[in-house]
Amino acid sequence: MTHAEAAVPGATGESYLDHGRGIRSWLLTLDHKRIGIMYLVLIVVSLFLGGIFAMVVRFHLWNPGGGLVSNDAYNKMFTLHGAVMIFLFVIPGIPSALGNFVVPLQVGAKDVAFPRVNLLSFWLFAAGAVLFVATLVVGGLDTGWTLYPPYSLESSRGLGILLALTGVFLAGFSSILTGVNFIATIHKMRAPGMGWFDLPLFLWALYATAIIQIFATPVLGITVALGFLERLFHLGIFMPEYGGDPVLFQHFFWFYSHPAVYIMILPAMGIVSEVVSVFSRKPIFGYRFIAMSSIAIAVIGFLVWGHHMFTSGQSKWTNVIFSFLTLLVAIPSAIKTFNWLATMYKGAIVLKTPMLYVLSFFAIFGVGGLTGLFLGALATDIPLHDTYFVVAHFHFVMVGAVMIAFLAGLHYWWPKMTGRMYDERLGTASAVLVFLGFNLTFIPQFFAGVAGMPRRYATYAAQFQGANRLSTVGAVVLTTGLVIALWGLLASLRRGARAPANPWGAASLEWTAASPPIHDNFAVPPRGGRPYDFGGLRLVSDEAGWVRAGGEGA
Amino acid sequence: MSDPATGHAPAGPAAPGSTRFLAHHFPSMEAQLDTSKLGIWLFLGSEVLFFSGLFTAYGVYRANHFSLFHYAHHFLDWRMGALNTVVLVLSSLSAAWSVRCAQLGQRRGLNATLLLTLVLAGVFLVVKYFEYSHKLHNGIAWGAACRPSEAILSTLPPDVRALPVPKDLGTFFSIYYLMTGLHGIHVLVGMGLYVWLLGRAGRGDFGPGYYVPVDSVALYWHLVDMIWIFLFPLFYLM
Repeated sequence: MTHAEAAVPGATGESYLDHGRGIRSWLLTLDHKRIGIMYLVLIVVSLFLGGIFAMVVRFHLWNPGGGLVSNDAYNKMFTLHGAVMIFLFVIPGIPSALGNFVVPLQVGAKDVAFPRVNLLSFWLFAAGAVLFVATLVVGGLDTGWTLYPPYSLESSRGLGILLALTGVFLAGFSSILTGVNFIATIHKMRAPGMGWFDLPLFLWALYATAIIQIFATPVLGITVALGFLERLFHLGIFMPEYGGDPVLFQHFFWFYSHPAVYIMILPAMGIVSEVVSVFSRKPIFGYRFIAMSSIAIAVIGFLVWGHHMFTSGQSKWTNVIFSFLTLLVAIPSAIKTFNWLATMYKGAIVLKTPMLYVLSFFAIFGVGGLTGLFLGALATDIPLHDTYFVVAHFHFVMVGAVMIAFLAGLHYWWPKMTGRMYDERLGTASAVLVFLGFNLTFIPQFFAGVAGMPRRYATYAAQFQGANRLSTVGAVVLTTGLVIALWGLLASLRRGARAPANPWGAASLEWTAASPPIHDNFAVPPRGGRPYDFGGLRLVSDEAGWVRAGGEGA
Repeated sequence: MSDPATGHAPAGPAAPGSTRFLAHHFPSMEAQLDTSKLGIWLFLGSEVLFFSGLFTAYGVYRANHFSLFHYAHHFLDWRMGALNTVVLVLSSLSAAWSVRCAQLGQRRGLNATLLLTLVLAGVFLVVKYFEYSHKLHNGIAWGAACRPSEAILSTLPPDVRALPVPKDLGTFFSIYYLMTGLHGIHVLVGMGLYVWLLGRAGRGDFGPGYYVPVDSVALYWHLVDMIWIFLFPLFYLM
């Protein structure tokens, strides 16, 4: 946007959705809100693509002998399920889609710090996503999402691995650029009067996430670049047959991919902090502890990658140190959890859809976090390694916690993004079905794992049939819940009631902008206030939403 | 990293207080400069981590194959490396000078220092080209393809020549080509950026009121220089 364009009088009244028409005004937009919406579309498509792969896997495992697809096809299905879900849904989901939309609004700015970089980041991500889909066309990928050599880089693997490595590289750079934008925006573009401890906790969470995105993702970038070159030119870096070391790949890979789980969970925790406070009608309890625990998780998260490699042959002292450091992550995570629960204590809890999802988050994240301790502790990890216990644990954290928080955030900010209220009954039904379906899918996998069922196998011993069938039924229920959620949201675009500026009675700045916001976000540049001060907010009517008495604005 | 409007520029360096290049979402030129500087520093931090994987690989393989690394470094000519180090340090000086010229509104000085930086970057790559082609002509390639010719073996010091050629010599040169190659790509990108800056400087875009691109590219260039300062001793001298 040039200076002159912003000064056009009258351009301030229309919403960002009406500011510019036609496909080019979307694809080449510099508006963070439109970029956020484009990300959202790609990410939801990726979620459903990854979900289709998951359903094939689950139906294949209905019988101990498999049988729905060939064993080779099964290997490709679980690989693409993992790769698509991780690189195209869970990692970018909350920061790139919801974060892009919300961050400038919450700091009270007109846009992110570097709008062109933001658009570049979107297109890098889109290109990476296309390459992942292209791996399907050239015969798929069957290495598992971790892409471990030597298997993944053997000459017989074909073109799929090269496309996947390039896709990861591009999506990674997209993630770095998003991180740079968020840190610069939060540092330099806060509204006047907004100190560091006046930031909504979602911003603290994204700030901590951005630290990881900027400093861990480049290591993944160089790793997949090395893998790519190794496959083509036989450099002898990762492949033992040319003098390389495959364990070095594992170290590099997890130096990124462990912190990456905090790229996934920290923004989810940020959403929870917002929603739990607003829907308990009570200021967040322990603001500074929640803020600082995000930073602590980001920092400690860099030092624990070796816990993925307890069985790789690294030295036992290394194992002990990584195990110890891993258990440290439990401290800031528990600090957050207790503060959220204390926020609800004696609050006036409103059971709208976002809050229902957040309550699911508490239950599931509790189990997911505690089972993480079993895997971080050396003695219990060795027998549980590579069993379904691990599969259940990381699905509890990545799906049960991250995806459910994503849905909470999506419903919470949906009125702001679209100007429409979703149907509360459909939202409630989706939240309940997702919770039940999720638990039915993954709780049996804990038991199968403890009993010794290995992950990633296309067939299994007959004794695990009961657990697997429960899991498959659960996956159907979960999918139904997700389809209802999508239906409820999409239907609201046509039939939903007009959303007021502040439908939830929240106190952070994005709710002082119109729903949907104007192109420049705020008609009058806002001043920072206290984001959890609900005093003086009162509900006028469902159509007019909540208004702050005294008229001083947030 | 900024969001400037390009073209239609009247001649003359951008004066202080001019808001011709102020993007719509910043309140002032100072805020824009501040934000851009933070952005470029974060990006450079990310670049350091990008190279760190390769430095780690170097460290791991050097620790595991010390004698191989010591043997292999005799194939690298320290005089070429030293020459390139001097060239890059001078280019960094010139890059820093260009920022000063932009801040002071000295158009001739700005054009001269930008051009000098570009030329020195080119000299670096020419020297690198001679080094690479000399090695590749003599069979010093990467990985399993590394089979040094008799001609190049005869140029080694006598005590080194007496040793048998190690089996995994190519591992050293894989890492050598990867690290210097990735660095070389960064030099090429830098040259592209300096061509762009020269074009904009020719139009008179830069001056005391607006020098974000000159400053940001110079910071990037200093990082490229810094990385070489680590590469030179690691490969040529140790």
